Amino acid sequence: MNYPIHLAILVLLWGFIYTSWSLMGRLGLVSFGHGAFMGIGAYTVVMLWNHFGLSPWIGAPAALAFTAVVALIVGYPCFRFRIVGHYFALVTLALSEVVRLLITASRDFTGGSLGATPNGALHEGASAALGALQFSEKWVWLAIVAACWVGGLWVWRLVDRSMARLALQAISEEEEAAASIGIHVTRAKLRITLISALMTCMGGILYAQYQLYVNPDAVSGIAISLQMVFGVIAGGMFVMLGPTVGAAFTLLLAEGLRLAFGNRYPALDTTVYGVMLVLFIIYMPKGILGAALAAWRGKSVLRT
Amino acid sequence: MSDIFDIFLLEAVLNGLLLGGLLALLSLGLNLIFGVIDVVWICYAELIMCGMYAVYYLHVQYHWPLVIAMLGAIGIVAFLGWLLHQFVIRPVLNAEPINQLLVTGGVLFFLQAAATLAFGIEFKNLGVQLPSVRLGEMSFSAARLIAFAAALGGVIALWFFLRKTYLGTAIRAISQDRAIMPLMGVDPARIFAITSALGGALAGLAACLLVLQYDIHPAIGLSFGPITFLICVLGGLGNMVGGFIAAFIFAQFIAVGGFFFAVEWGYVIAFVFFIAVMFWRPRGILGK
Repeated sequence: MNYPIHLAILVLLWGFIYTSWSLMGRLGLVSFGHGAFMGIGAYTVVMLWNHFGLSPWIGAPAALAFTAVVALIVGYPCFRFRIVGHYFALVTLALSEVVRLLITASRDFTGGSLGATPNGALHEGASAALGALQFSEKWVWLAIVAACWVGGLWVWRLVDRSMARLALQAISEEEEAAASIGIHVTRAKLRITLISALMTCMGGILYAQYQLYVNPDAVSGIAISLQMVFGVIAGGMFVMLGPTVGAAFTLLLAEGLRLAFGNRYPALDTTVYGVMLVLFIIYMPKGILGAALAAWRGKSVLRT
Repeated sequence: MSDIFDIFLLEAVLNGLLLGGLLALLSLGLNLIFGVIDVVWICYAELIMCGMYAVYYLHVQYHWPLVIAMLGAIGIVAFLGWLLHQFVIRPVLNAEPINQLLVTGGVLFFLQAAATLAFGIEFKNLGVQLPSVRLGEMSFSAARLIAFAAALGGVIALWFFLRKTYLGTAIRAISQDRAIMPLMGVDPARIFAITSALGGALAGLAACLLVLQYDIHPAIGLSFGPITFLICVLGGLGNMVGGFIAAFIFAQFIAVGGFFFAVEWGYVIAFVFFIAVMFWRPRGILGK
C-alpha cells in the first residue's frame, strides 16, 4: 500500500511547487530561478539541523526569511529596471545556478554534490519525531503535503480574485500602459514574486524532510528550474489545477514507462517527455487541462 | 615565494584568455541565431553535445581520420540546426516570445535523454592526448591553444562572410529590419534556414574543440549551456561584439577566481557579477 501513497505524496508535493511557480508564470513572469528558492529551503533546514541541532520548526522560518531576502535582492532591481521576458528568464537562471554552485562549492559543510542526509531522529520503534519533522508513516506525510497543496490552491484563488491579479495581467500585456494608469509595477510584481518564492521554499523544505536526502542537482540549478517550468506547461498554467495535472502527468509517465520497460531504458521517460513538451508548446499551448477544458466547453476560451 | 605566485597568477590569466576564445565561439552561434531569427536556442549546448558524440563515433567507431570526422560532425550539427528550425522553431515563429524560448527547452530534454538512451551515461573519451606547451615556468595545454586559434579563425571567417558576401549582407539586413526585407526580394524563410544551419555549424565547430579537452557524457550540455546564455545576455543578446567582450570577462572571472579559490567559486563570482551588471545595464554591456 506504500507505493500508491508515495506516488500521491509526490504528485501533491510537486503539484504544490508547480502551483507556486505558476503564480508568477501565468502573469508573464517566467522564472528559470525557482530552483534557487527550493534549494535554499531544503538546504537551510537540513544544515541547521545537522550542524547546529536546530529543529526544522526553527529552521523553516529561517529558510523562509532567507528566501524572502534573496527574492527581494534579485527581484527588486529586476522589476525596478524593467528586466522582462528573455532577460528576466536568464537572470533568474543565473540565480539558480549561483545557489547550486554555492552548495556544491561549500562541500566541507554541505557534502557537495554527494548530497546530505538529515541526522535520523526516530528512536527504535517510534514512527514519528515531531520536533525533527521526521515521520516513518507515509499517511502522515500524505496529510501534511495535502494540507500544503490545498493551501497553495487557496493562495492561487486569493490571488486570482484580487485586484493584484488584474494589475499584473495589465502589466504582462503592456507594462508602460499599466504604469500610466497608476499601477505600481515594481510593487505588484515584487509581491507576487515573494509569495511564489516563499511557497517554493516551503516545497523544498517538505521535499528534503520527506525524502530525507538532499543533493544540489536535485533541489537547485537549471535542471530542476526547467523541470518546474515544463511540468506546468504540460498541465496548463492558466487553470488552477493545471500545475497539479502537470505534476501527475509527468510522474505517471515516468512511472508507467518504468513499469512497462523496467530499468532497461533509463532515460526513456524523459525522451518521450521531451518530444511531448515540444508538441504541447506548438499545438497545445494551454496544456493538458487547459485544452481539455476548452474542448469540454466546445469553444476556444480566452486565456485568463 | 611571491615570484612563483605571480607566475601562477599570470598562467591563470593566460589560461583565462584561452578559455575566453572558446567561450566567444560558443556565444557566437547563439548570438547569430538570436540576432537574425530573434529566438534563443536553449538547447544550443545540447547541439554541441551531439557534435561531440558525432566526432567520437566517426573517429573511434568508424575510424575516420580525426580531421575528417570533425568536418563530418560540423556537417551533422549544421543539419541538426536546420532540422531544429524547420520542425520546431518555424511553427512557433509567430507565437509569444516566451513559447519560442520554451519550445527549445523541450528539445533540450529530448536531446539529453535521447543521448542517454542511445549512448549510455558512461563518460566517453576521444583518446587523443595532446602535449602541453611550456613557456618559461608556465605550461598550457595544446588543446586549449588550438581551440583558441580555431575559435578566433571561426570568428574572423564569420565576420568576412557577413560583411563580404551577398548572403551575409542579406542576413545582416534581415536582422535589422524583418518587415522590409521581403519587399526587397529576400526570402526570410530561406535566410532563416541558412542562418540556422550556420548556427548549427558553429556549434559543431565548438564541439570539435571541446571534445579535445573534455570527456563526453549526455549531461555535458548543462555545464556549458547556462554560461553561454549568460555571456550572450551580458554582451547584449544578438550583439556579437558584446558577446565577444563578455566571453573574455567571464573567462577571467572563472580562471582567476578558480586560481584564488576553488573552480566553482570562479563560476559563482562570474554569475554574481552577471546579475549585478544586469541591474546596471539591463540590456547587456553593448545592448541597445
